[in-house]
Amino acid sequence: MSTAPRGTRRRISVRACAASFVALALALPAAGCAPQTVSAGDEHTVSYWMWDSAQQPAYEACAKAFHKKNPGLRVKITQIGWDSYWTKLTSSFIAGTQPDVFTNHVAKYPQYEGLGALSPLDELGPTRGIEASDYEPGLAKPWTGRDGHRYGAPKDWDTIGVFYNKKITKAAGVSDAELRDLAWNPRDGGSFEKTLARLTVDANGKRGDEPGFDKDNVVRYGLATNDAGGDNSGQTQWSSFAASAGWSYTDKNPWGEHYNYDQKGFQKTIDWYFGLAEKGYMAPLEDYSDTNHPETQLDSGKAALAMHGSWMLSTFAGLKGVDLGIAPTPKGPTGKRASMLGGLADSIPKGAKNKQGAAKWVAFLASDECQNLVGKDATVFPATPEGTKKAIATHRKNGLDVSPFTRHLEEGTTFSFPVTDHAADINAMMIPAMQEIYSGDSPASSLSETNRQINFLFQQGN
Amino acid sequence: MIKPTTASPAPGRAPGEARTALLFIAPAMIGYLAFLVWPTLRGVYLSFTSFDLLSAEKWVGLDNYRRLVNDPVFWDSLGVTLHYVVVNIGVQTVVALLIAVLMHRLTSSTVLRGVVLAPYLVSNVVAGIVWLWILDTQLGVGNEIIEWLGFERIAFFGDASWAIPTIALVNVWRHVGYTALLIFAGLQSIPPTVYEAGRVDGASEWRMFRSITIPLLRPILSLVLIITIIGSFQVFDTVSVTTDGKPANATNVLQLYVYDLAFDRLQFGYASAISVALMLVLTAITVFQYRLMRAGRSDLG
Repeated sequence: MSTAPRGTRRRISVRACAASFVALALALPAAGCAPQTVSAGDEHTVSYWMWDSAQQPAYEACAKAFHKKNPGLRVKITQIGWDSYWTKLTSSFIAGTQPDVFTNHVAKYPQYEGLGALSPLDELGPTRGIEASDYEPGLAKPWTGRDGHRYGAPKDWDTIGVFYNKKITKAAGVSDAELRDLAWNPRDGGSFEKTLARLTVDANGKRGDEPGFDKDNVVRYGLATNDAGGDNSGQTQWSSFAASAGWSYTDKNPWGEHYNYDQKGFQKTIDWYFGLAEKGYMAPLEDYSDTNHPETQLDSGKAALAMHGSWMLSTFAGLKGVDLGIAPTPKGPTGKRASMLGGLADSIPKGAKNKQGAAKWVAFLASDECQNLVGKDATVFPATPEGTKKAIATHRKNGLDVSPFTRHLEEGTTFSFPVTDHAADINAMMIPAMQEIYSGDSPASSLSETNRQINFLFQQGN
Repeated sequence: MIKPTTASPAPGRAPGEARTALLFIAPAMIGYLAFLVWPTLRGVYLSFTSFDLLSAEKWVGLDNYRRLVNDPVFWDSLGVTLHYVVVNIGVQTVVALLIAVLMHRLTSSTVLRGVVLAPYLVSNVVAGIVWLWILDTQLGVGNEIIEWLGFERIAFFGDASWAIPTIALVNVWRHVGYTALLIFAGLQSIPPTVYEAGRVDGASEWRMFRSITIPLLRPILSLVLIITIIGSFQVFDTVSVTTDGKPANATNVLQLYVYDLAFDRLQFGYASAISVALMLVLTAITVFQYRLMRAGRSDLG
């Protein structure tokens, strides 16, 4: 029984009620804003973010092995799709909910490095011993910051190749040996363009190299479209051609400060490459969509060849009804082939809550033990030579010859992704510029103006 | 001197009641201040700064607004957004009015109203993805039908001239039922006696539509137009999941440009300046529209 006076009791109840409303109002938004992927924030857990769901099983296996070696530490892997990965990561840096370790991309890392958001790995005990020579050649260099510190431990690599459907190439009288020995040039396109013409078929059954071929009514293109390639520096589109003609993106790499999209040689290559669509040999820009990627075009028989990266091996190999063949990228005017060498790395945010645990996990990810597990899974080529051998063996066991990808490493015909400042701004300029050229609305010479705007970014300073 | 006649027990109670009322209003007020007023003020402030989220903002005065005036991509985006708004609002209002009048004059079926409203239950993202599949140039069932009818396939989302009308029509499909129901509610407020009088005078359905329905609907039509135009200017999700600004910026609507500047390029200051500009444009349009359509006055009175 309460002894409180009536009036007082009423006031208390009103206050309590109102207070609970206020508490609710404050709590609800807080709950709504709470990140779904909370950073562990204790010394027994290492939170790890990645975007590729296909690679998750291999890294789960690594996490298990890591836990066995370090019983006091568990790894909590969170997979977030590429489309929202970077936005979530940026927000996590601001909210203080960043992961302890995250998979980093060479195109994105200069921005985080520039903002001082990453920990130098060579200053943390467990990762101090990581050497560039531990990895396949060329993989470690892009991850060295302007200050000479290491900001990423390479985890895998990729090159570009030409996937094709043997049923279609055989029917067109093009042998596997011919496909492995193609060459291109910007004047007449060389044997590469002749082969594309041979593989292209119009609605009347005429091939691209036959008289009466109707380029506006093509039912099967020689080459699949994979968009215009402005956002990935043309990695799977025009980069192999431009580099095999002797061109390079910037004055130096990494940390170049002058782009070369205005060079005549590059523009000639681009005019020739997108001209393939004009001639009817390559699928037009409009055919590319989020539902119609190169593998879909190959699968549906709309295209005979598709240029793509080695990370797509399992996807292409899984296409039903496609007798898969793989050829290397064609030789260019320099007499050599060329392929971009892509590669991901693991980075530790400056604000990581469990930095010591994070460094141990990164060191383990870079070790032969984990790299071999990733190699056995073979979704990607691991960064170490040992792990790469394991991946090649797995592919061989599955009946897949992956030498078109590995030969670039062996022959030293790779080049790096341009690592520079202002990458996001450059993307925003290059995507529409390249699409305009692809759709025939602008000539490649329009890239001179785009290049001037890009270089202007560097003149303004950071 | 005459004392005010309001002297009663009320003034004694009023401060206490006001306090209680304030406590009850507080939760909503906190939400309003925290999620609307504060972000708006902060956004206006950020528009005068250079801010990358991870380091402190730097005051740059009017630099962002100067950049905006000279930014061809901004003006291009504004043009693209206007194109979208005109197609979306034009088609949506006419079709919604037609559906509402037909429902009002011909049927009282609630099932039919439910069917008309059904697409509104689908989220913009889902609607965008589903239509992206249906209208895909190579694989879409929509294009299969077009080819079967003897026409050439259309790159609805891939062709620069088709992309914006296509996105606008996807959103018309999604929203027209809701707009029709709003107009339908307005139609029900028109007294049937007015139509009866019109009929007695021998007016045709078309004449009654022109001389009774449209004028008496003006307040609700103004409301619908103001709401839909503001909503249209803020289009983002459908574009993001279908074209993402492609091809060659042909669908780069303002909100997408703002998002790209802020979250991809970490230029929050400039993105805020564009948002402030958009807010000013929308305020001007709303005031202008409100006055022009005499939205506050009804012809029924």
